Amino acid sequence: MRLEINGEPVEVESRPGQVLRTLLRDLEHFEVKKGCDAGDCGACSVLLDGSPVHSCIYPAHRLDGASVTTVSGLGTAEAPHPLQEAFVAAGGFQCGFCTAGMIVTASTFTEADHDDLPRLLKGNLCRCTGYRSIHDAIRGVSNTETAPSGDAAGRSVAAPAAVRVVTGREPYTLDLATTALAHIAVLGSPHPHARITAIDTSVAAALPGVHAVLDYRDSPATLFSTGRHELRTDDPDDTLVFDRVMRFVNQRVATVVADSVAIAELALAAITVEYELLPAVFDPSLARQPGAPLLHGDKGPESRIAAPERNTVAEFHGETGDVDAAISEAAAVVTGTWQTQRVNHAALETHATRGWLDADGRLVLRTSSQVPYLVRDELCHIFGLSQEKVRVFTARVGGGFGGKQELVTEDVVALAVLRTGRAVQYEFTREDEFTRASPRHPMRVGVTLAAASDGTLTAMAVDTLADTGAYGNHGIGVMYHSIHESISVYRCANKRVDAQSVYTNNLPSGAFRGYGLGQVIYAIESAMDDLARELGIDAFELRRRNVIVPGDTMVVTNPDEESDLGIESYGLDQCIDLAEKALDPSLAGPEGWPVGTGMAIAMIATLPPRGHYASATVTLLSEGEYEIAVGTAEFGNGTTTVHAQLVATALGTTVDHIRIRQSDTDAAAYDTGAFGSAGVVVAGKALLAAAQDLRAQVEARGTVPGLTGSGSNDGTPRSVSFNVHAFRVAVNPGTGEVRILQSIQAADAGTVLNPEQLRGQVEGGTAQAIGTALYEEVRMDGEGRVLTTAFRNYHVPQFADIPATEVYFADTHDPLGPLGAKSMSEAPYNPVAPALANAIRDAMGVRSYELPMSRDRLWRLARQSPMVTSR
Amino acid sequence: MDLITVQSARVARTRGDLALAPGEVVIGGGTWLYSEPQQATGVVDLLGMPWAPVTRIDEFLSIAATCTIASLRELPDSPLFRQCADSLLASWKVQGVATVGGNIALSLPAGPMTSLAVALDATLVLWTATSERSVPAVDFVTGVQRNLLGPGEVIRSIEIPLASLERTGFRRISLSPLGRTGTLVIARPGVVTVSGGTERPHQVHFDTAEELIRGIDALDDWYDDAHGAPDWRRAMSLRFALELLEELR
Repeated sequence: MRLEINGEPVEVESRPGQVLRTLLRDLEHFEVKKGCDAGDCGACSVLLDGSPVHSCIYPAHRLDGASVTTVSGLGTAEAPHPLQEAFVAAGGFQCGFCTAGMIVTASTFTEADHDDLPRLLKGNLCRCTGYRSIHDAIRGVSNTETAPSGDAAGRSVAAPAAVRVVTGREPYTLDLATTALAHIAVLGSPHPHARITAIDTSVAAALPGVHAVLDYRDSPATLFSTGRHELRTDDPDDTLVFDRVMRFVNQRVATVVADSVAIAELALAAITVEYELLPAVFDPSLARQPGAPLLHGDKGPESRIAAPERNTVAEFHGETGDVDAAISEAAAVVTGTWQTQRVNHAALETHATRGWLDADGRLVLRTSSQVPYLVRDELCHIFGLSQEKVRVFTARVGGGFGGKQELVTEDVVALAVLRTGRAVQYEFTREDEFTRASPRHPMRVGVTLAAASDGTLTAMAVDTLADTGAYGNHGIGVMYHSIHESISVYRCANKRVDAQSVYTNNLPSGAFRGYGLGQVIYAIESAMDDLARELGIDAFELRRRNVIVPGDTMVVTNPDEESDLGIESYGLDQCIDLAEKALDPSLAGPEGWPVGTGMAIAMIATLPPRGHYASATVTLLSEGEYEIAVGTAEFGNGTTTVHAQLVATALGTTVDHIRIRQSDTDAAAYDTGAFGSAGVVVAGKALLAAAQDLRAQVEARGTVPGLTGSGSNDGTPRSVSFNVHAFRVAVNPGTGEVRILQSIQAADAGTVLNPEQLRGQVEGGTAQAIGTALYEEVRMDGEGRVLTTAFRNYHVPQFADIPATEVYFADTHDPLGPLGAKSMSEAPYNPVAPALANAIRDAMGVRSYELPMSRDRLWRLARQSPMVTSR
Repeated sequence: MDLITVQSARVARTRGDLALAPGEVVIGGGTWLYSEPQQATGVVDLLGMPWAPVTRIDEFLSIAATCTIASLRELPDSPLFRQCADSLLASWKVQGVATVGGNIALSLPAGPMTSLAVALDATLVLWTATSERSVPAVDFVTGVQRNLLGPGEVIRSIEIPLASLERTGFRRISLSPLGRTGTLVIARPGVVTVSGGTERPHQVHFDTAEELIRGIDALDDWYDDAHGAPDWRRAMSLRFALELLEELR
């Protein structure tokens, strides 16, 4: 058939059953993205004869004579479409993976449509921004500026990749052509707990187009963890590339490597497997009881599981002072138990890896990862390779949120490449994201607080139980982090903490923005709200009386704990004041909807503990150009923008003179990775040092091309950032609907290096947290099966769902961070759910103890409210 | 997504083309079929059939099965067309490809074209390559993704009596402002149609408010999934039915 793509005539045959999206990508139109492959997210939107369609659900057999326009057909870097210019000017993206579809769709809007954006953008999901900057782009609001030489820091310069992103020319993980590429399909376990007693892959292996079938018999015997940290011993060694024991539904049984995804998928049916079914457990409170089926009872101390005989991957028990005595003497005591749900990261780019052997026989992986160096190091460990034999790099990554601090595609690609010698690709489907990737840990958190009549906190007792699922990836770190800054932000003489993270035969949980803090902050800040109510003290005031201040030691339960964490700068007081002052108590909802206000605070360390390292270089090229080489990845966090600003400022140039090589084990000596919000405060600091080093060399030797400055940072000591969120809401008790009348966040990020980007991070974190608080839930059937396997059943917030958030910054300067900056990536997410829960409690007169606070749950809750009597 | 089991795709242009080979399935817009993995080995595309999207015949509005939801949305005859079109979970871009008949034939609880057809006492004309019959829309959907279509049978058109359009009221709620339907209630004088929250659509005929309440209380197939709990769906349906009773009084 003949069609026209971006004005070029094309003659092409489609496959039966093929869709427009894959036809376009087969023709190397990589600007057309796959977000969901189901017509839900809009990342693949193109114009078909002038009308926008989701190309992933449009049958290719209809295309004869059609005219197709992609985002790259709308405009180019040289001649951009006005809307492309507007998205650059507004800063209308973060990771940019949704941007192509967003611009294509918005290119059809008229002026009158601007009043109808909630409906018109319903089919275009953005996980990063919270939509305000997209709204600005569509309305033509400009938020970015051009910085003069040497004066980039502190200004809202646009992302270096902006023009490429909006024209579809920025390559993401799979946006390149590779000849003779083989593809992977994976057979998943149908059982939550079973042992393979027999497996026959011979029929599948003999099918035409199949290159290899791999299963537990092919797996390296080295146990590892998919969760990645600087110290590999921080995570339990409980996972194999292929295991003979299945511990959750859809765990890898076998993989087919074949000429196409279709051949590989179809060959899976030819694999026969016999299982011995094992008893399974799905409730973490049962899993830790004697007699429960054991997930990893076969593992010894070398796996670093706290108590495999109790399915307990990690636990902590500690007390300072005498909590029980303090409670018995208190003027006010509140107690409650809160439950959080599984939340999916929903990064629009799914996990994916393409691997091959280079001319020197070196294993090369291009992957969607936040931690390319840690992936390299662990693959070396698993496969017994030296670091020189493996290169891992990322292109621009389409969203992370912690989900890509996880080695879930690279290991099987490495095995397939090493086994077949071929280039091999493994691309997660959206369903894989829901059933194979690791969601946020569900937690049950019990909190008891006691206080004197003046509001002084006298006791905090916190009891947490996390469901880490079938494997312990991040289970240990999340548990320890969850009970740290959430508790140590309060001065209190008597504290007791009991925390456990427990294996079950559920989907493995993993790292998620906030890394456990959000779950416990949700409970503690809800309890603080109850305490304020009990004492008759204003919620803001109760925080003021009890939060740590400069000079205080941060205490969980050991006042003498040695730590590299300190209050190096302090803006919590300002944040509390800013949020309180911004609240408008006159805002009202529809008649008959009670209104309420609520607030919550959050503290977070500026980077992870136990070592976070970065080394970076800045090289002087000819004619005033510089090249920076840094290991950390860009996935929408905006660190690359800040890196360019820091270097341009130090070298007295402008950001357009900075070329960037990044996130490649060949580019920089080392970087622990882009997690724990470390991109600015560790890698950025290393880069700033490198730029200063280069500047000193230039001052000494003149502008000699080839001069290279080096810098490194070891991520210690560490400081703390603060966030305070406040809401005013109206609730319809008859239906459970929540209307957010006002959303305010005040953030203490130290020196603000890029106000527009920082605002975007706060808004995006707020939007993701509103999703967690009101809408999102990975539902399971109680027997290990995930029920919500597509965006149509898992509600990622849409344009219509997210109110504007007023963002305020504290005026602080942190002596540890680059130019006084602190990190602000995970932090904005953490105070949002409890602030919203407290506002809803205030409106309804009755408290919700579980997330999400969905309409059906709030409606049911309203039946218990003394304020609601009518049907 | 690419449908990996599909070996053939053909466009039906004449009624004879509706005869299906084993493994073949028909599509309207195809927007659902291509959105989930399938078992089908062949696709037969109805968009080649020479069916005028909308025809006005005497006292009826005849909507071809292949009329897009976007085209239906623009019909001036009733606000319900826009209200039901916008009740589709999928975006307006999907409305431009998805068809009225396809949405009904899919027979999902939250199918808003089913809600519309049932609420308006429409008749569905069903064709095979060689036969034709008519069934009341209210009887067509028999359960979740179950309906009266026999082997090789397709929806040809949806016949809406113009009289049904005179006085209508509409309510819908979902767990988010524009989310998938939790319940969708459409009222006309003396009859309320409840759908979206139940496994199949229901019409409740009534003379008094008590009869309306009893009729909704008697429904026992409230759906339980990520889009709302059964008790909430039931309560919202009753709430909306009573609101509409007032509205149309």
